[in-house]
Amino acid sequence: MDTNGSLNGNVPEGPLAEKWDNHRFNMKLVNPANRRRYKVIVVGAGLAGGGAAATLGELGYNVDCFCYQDSPRRAHSIAAQGGINAAKNYQNDGDSTYRLFYDTIKGGDFRSRESNVYRLAQVSANIIDQCVAMGVPFAREYGGQLANRSFGGAQVSRTFYARGQTGQQLLLGVYSALSRQIAAGTVKMHSRTEMLEIVLVDGQAKGVITRNLVTGEIEKHAADVVIMATGGYGPVFYLSTNAMGNNVTASIRAYMKGAYFANPCYTQIHPTCIPVSGDHQSKLTLMSESLRNDGRIWVSMKEGDPRGPGEIPENERDYYLERMYPSFGNLAPRDIASRAAKRACDEGRGVGDTGLGVYLDFTDAIERLGLGLVQQRYGNLFDMYEKITGENAYQVPMRIYPAIHYTMGGLWVDYNLMSNIPGLFVLGESNFSDHGANRLGASALMQGLADGYFVAPYTVGNYLASQTPGDYSADSSEFTQAADDVEDRVKRVLSIDGKRTVTSFHRELGMICWDYCGMARTDQSLKKALDLIPALKEEFWENVSVPGGGDELNPELEKALRVADFLEFAELMCYDALVREESCGGHFREEYQTEEGEALRDDEHFSHVSAWEAPGNGGRPILHKENLEFEEVEFSVRSYK
Amino acid sequence: MGRFAKILQSSIGAKVAMAVTGILLVLFIIGHLLGNLLMFAGPEATNAYAKGLKDLGALLWVARVGLLVVFLVHISSALRLWRMNKAARPQAYAVSESTMVTYAGRSIVMTGALVLAFAAYHLLHFTLFATNPEFAQLQDAQGRHDVYRMVILGFRNTAVSGVYLVSMILLGLHLSHGVTSLFQSLGINNPTYNPIFKRLGPWSGVLLALGFMSIPLAVLAGVLK
Amino acid sequence: MDLTLRVWRQKDGQSTGRFESYQVSGIIPDMSFLEMLDVTNERLIMEGKDPIAFDHDCREGICGMCSLVINGRAHGGFDGTTTCQLHMRKFNDGDTITIEPWRASAFPVIRDLVVDRTSFDRIIQAGGFISANTGGAPDGNAVPIPKPDADAAMDAAACIGCGACAASCPNGSAMLFVAAKVSHLAHLPQGMPERGQRVLDMVARMDEEGFGNCTNHAECEAMCPKDISISHIAKMNREFIRATVRGD
Repeated sequence: MDTNGSLNGNVPEGPLAEKWDNHRFNMKLVNPANRRRYKVIVVGAGLAGGGAAATLGELGYNVDCFCYQDSPRRAHSIAAQGGINAAKNYQNDGDSTYRLFYDTIKGGDFRSRESNVYRLAQVSANIIDQCVAMGVPFAREYGGQLANRSFGGAQVSRTFYARGQTGQQLLLGVYSALSRQIAAGTVKMHSRTEMLEIVLVDGQAKGVITRNLVTGEIEKHAADVVIMATGGYGPVFYLSTNAMGNNVTASIRAYMKGAYFANPCYTQIHPTCIPVSGDHQSKLTLMSESLRNDGRIWVSMKEGDPRGPGEIPENERDYYLERMYPSFGNLAPRDIASRAAKRACDEGRGVGDTGLGVYLDFTDAIERLGLGLVQQRYGNLFDMYEKITGENAYQVPMRIYPAIHYTMGGLWVDYNLMSNIPGLFVLGESNFSDHGANRLGASALMQGLADGYFVAPYTVGNYLASQTPGDYSADSSEFTQAADDVEDRVKRVLSIDGKRTVTSFHRELGMICWDYCGMARTDQSLKKALDLIPALKEEFWENVSVPGGGDELNPELEKALRVADFLEFAELMCYDALVREESCGGHFREEYQTEEGEALRDDEHFSHVSAWEAPGNGGRPILHKENLEFEEVEFSVRSYK
Repeated sequence: MGRFAKILQSSIGAKVAMAVTGILLVLFIIGHLLGNLLMFAGPEATNAYAKGLKDLGALLWVARVGLLVVFLVHISSALRLWRMNKAARPQAYAVSESTMVTYAGRSIVMTGALVLAFAAYHLLHFTLFATNPEFAQLQDAQGRHDVYRMVILGFRNTAVSGVYLVSMILLGLHLSHGVTSLFQSLGINNPTYNPIFKRLGPWSGVLLALGFMSIPLAVLAGVLK
Repeated sequence: MDLTLRVWRQKDGQSTGRFESYQVSGIIPDMSFLEMLDVTNERLIMEGKDPIAFDHDCREGICGMCSLVINGRAHGGFDGTTTCQLHMRKFNDGDTITIEPWRASAFPVIRDLVVDRTSFDRIIQAGGFISANTGGAPDGNAVPIPKPDADAAMDAAACIGCGACAASCPNGSAMLFVAAKVSHLAHLPQGMPERGQRVLDMVARMDEEGFGNCTNHAECEAMCPKDISISHIAKMNREFIRATVRGD
């Protein structure tokens, strides 16, 4: 491991609260008449990518946008249920930009870049205004004002929501803005198209190689700048709350070409998912965290208690979150709530057939609020629970268990959201920047839209202002070479003709990651994972079976290419987890915990971003550190007691 | 006018045209039925009414041309919509398990076509006397065209009555979907009144069909002579 | 559970398709319908056969990517359920299940059970938006929106764009999809400036795409996995009439 000198995040000078304003003033502008001469590639069409593509289109740039789904309206941003935070202080309960900033820094366990987080809190209010203007039907009070609710990890009500479908409504807002630009001709949409390679010319990002998923055609797309907003890497665990198609391919391809991958070990486990029911399981379903506002989490006080929930009397129940964290109770942040559930199950107090679950009980809420109000607040979630489990949660408590949900790590970016490769911008979940080691609830939507609507359109313009428009050619040798590489990779994976299906490899990789690099990690478990993953990778390239051809719609081929990249990535994630010898946020190393079992940070040695450079020759990745300087906040132990 | 022509070309425009002409046709049918029911009041009432209509002169022709236009718009819109619907699903499902589609709804184009064929026959039969030229000669004591007699003679033929009875069942089916449907097509949808709209179609179908059928049945039963 | 699957197989848009039968065993009630297809595909691959192509992504009933007409009903026809949320406990041991793609000329088959739904995107592009550029929006609370209006807009906006309405309509009509977007925006003050032109443009595009039209059977409402009401179609018809009369 080479620890190269400190990485520079290009954070602007000046007081924290003025950095973004100053920076915006100092940025170079592109003359409106010149904008159409610049071509912008946006990979991904969720909140961040779709928002950026639409906004850059509105500004007059010539945008090409790509997504693997059949329509940009299906990006996985759509699945976020609970809400979106904004420092509006509409409830007059003491919220402010600074408080949202502080909560996010603290929630991220002091592992995020202060200046980025402050900017996020600043633009949060604009996001709500923009979404309302675009017709997002946020929940309203009877007086017609926007409604708010509180959410895990916060003591103010700053979360805006649209029933349990906030992500859907925000994405449809982005999608409508994007559709408008497609109709206007400023954005050309390429759906069912997957990016398989990034192309650098003289060290600058100048385009991508894609595969048309319907015809199999390998296409070369060149542009003045490349923006990736390709989501997280949750499905490296196979089972996660992510969509089946979500993948790390774009990020790992950029990493292989020299982009630094930051903090891959920061993975978030969501505490309220429906437990696994068997080996056939293909994905885990999240129940919105908002359920924790009124539901009470408990297990039996006894180990291996065979009784059903109704037979366990009140005084033999352990409402462990309320007991351990009296001030936050059931609203303790995600990582804390998840580990507490794991601990209860490790102690043999888990519920359900598998023993991997805890109760989320609405009996008290129904008594207090009435069935009608509970139905109004959570009806769609209860319905979903019943569809999946066949149980009526109004009558028996829900069973929940933590699952991989979000990944805080991602490609390293500077304050401008540009990676270390000039001309490659990375937005949304696919960058590392704002959530540190743990993301607060309702902050993912906020970050996606902040990046897409309000940050990238400025910073990308600033970059383009220094570029000569049209200084690229898809016929150059770099593009030809990259396209050939992709063709070779496709041919190679199709030619193996082995004995195992792609999914069987993916499932095995997921088990390794979950068992050895999941909710709790140790030096030993991570070393074990680092032994197992390369062996699995080797077997994959010798024994995978991918039917069909490359020149047709071939879902198995798509999966195979993605799993191949997950195998590359998993090693990096485990390696990062191994060398980060502390516990922070979603990264919990069992060796580093307090006597009460809480995460024990080591600020002296690990108050930095670990940005990994791909090794040239198959060795270990090379570490670059970005030291985290906190001007405004002081380190404190994250306590939710 | 260009704008309206364009609107009529669109699917919703054509639906609205169907609904509006549908309402006019239903009003016509109601008026027609009320006139028919004068049969039960006897020859004097019936023949006087018929004479009264004839004496309208130019006004009658305005009404006839208007009715023809309404018919043509209703039919041409129906044909266009029907063609669009056929083209929208070139390949049928191997298994199709509809839950909401009623027989009346599914067969509305067919019942419409058959009712149209009936209307043509009905005109040839009782208006133009093409099938029965002798009807033209019937006169009552006051020298008026004896419509009452014509109807009695016409319906004593069981085959003819049979055609009329079956056609009225088809008309009832057509109305039972059509009348309910026109509210939705015109955007009239209100949870409070929807149950009424839903029943209005079948009830209007049944009542109007029974009303028309009462006359041939009464003739066959010998109640009207 | 042991099942017989009758599945539509079609190599690509140009080829003619046919039904193939597959015997699958060892299906358990806790599997989702798509997991049952996953298991079937894993076995087909091991037997050296082509797996069945079908669309899916989020598998939690919100992205709208999954489809399938199952035993003659879109998404299987269970109340408020997408195919990905449908579980095998709704079927019985020994059942024969017929699986077909959405069938509509505006949804051409790409392969097996996968169809092209970009016609929906083009309808939205015709006007399913509010023309508000990023930046410069007034405060979110500047215009109060009565809760019933916000709720009605949300009822319509819940549409996931899966296409079950057009797939289940005997006429292959996409009116429920189009109406959901028109009605969503027509319930909000922000949607007012483009209210008339929007409905005219979207309906024109819907017709051009080759969808059928509504004959008010309400089959779409019964099959919609998000329970979108046909009252939104009535609303769209009103909007259309209004725009026509006003000459928008």
